[in-house]
Amino acid sequence: MKVTKYVITSSESDILPSDIAMKIYGSKYDVSVKETCFGVMVSGEEEVVNALVKDIRALDPAGIFIKDRGFPPGDPRRCRGHRGGGARPGFYMIESESKMLPMISRALASSGEVLPIPEKKKPLLPSRLEEIIKEDLS
Amino acid sequence: MSKVIVYPPTSMILSDLVERMGHKALVVPERVRELVTANDVQSPPLNVTPEEPKKGLRYAAVDVPSGVRGRMALIGPLIEEAEAAIIVEDPGWLTGCAGCSRTNELVRLLIRTKGIPVLDLNYPTDDAQAKVFVQKIKLFLEGLK
Repeated sequence: MKVTKYVITSSESDILPSDIAMKIYGSKYDVSVKETCFGVMVSGEEEVVNALVKDIRALDPAGIFIKDRGFPPGDPRRCRGHRGGGARPGFYMIESESKMLPMISRALASSGEVLPIPEKKKPLLPSRLEEIIKEDLS
Repeated sequence: MSKVIVYPPTSMILSDLVERMGHKALVVPERVRELVTANDVQSPPLNVTPEEPKKGLRYAAVDVPSGVRGRMALIGPLIEEAEAAIIVEDPGWLTGCAGCSRTNELVRLLIRTKGIPVLDLNYPTDDAQAKVFVQKIKLFLEGLK
């Protein structure tokens, strides 16, 4: 079965989408590739694509993320070239999550102990505030 | 290897972390692929036939909007298949097939009532939270079979 996967790079990664595309062009894998602003789309037989994305991830294990895509690259039902412009619906989710990728990459790369996050101080309850006022006035 | 459903069901970060840690992420694009790349496209362009809302009837009543039932036709089978779940509450932005609030409520309810292990999280806003986010997912997935 043919599948399509996004390979998305963190904005702090040293690997550029063009580097990934060049690696795929020079590889033995029989897939089609489309370069985008946030990464590349790889389309081909499932086993081939899975093996390829494993190789690509090895370029920067913490900075490269993989996501499944339903439509093949350039599909006229989704491609903006055929729809008169505008981002495809799924792009907004990628755009929103892309902003978090540098943080996730640093978290994946760090091997140190994870410190618990201190709980936020709860606001003073009105009843306690009333008690304090009464104590001060009495 | 366990089958883990992620919410939002189109999340890149969650599906990547699940796959990275050796499990199978159950995500909507796989279901979409089955529809749009099928050899017999009966209802172009997206191959969404009247059968899809009928499939959704398994999860939502007939008086529920067809959009909810249509979405459940995609997401419902994923919930049935799931052996564990990771839910990120209130992401603040959900679009496309995850952009319906009523469907999202139903999806979260069905996941919780299924009785599978569920990890509840919030998206991180700083580095410290991101480390905890990744660590929690890692420990949760390591605890699965």
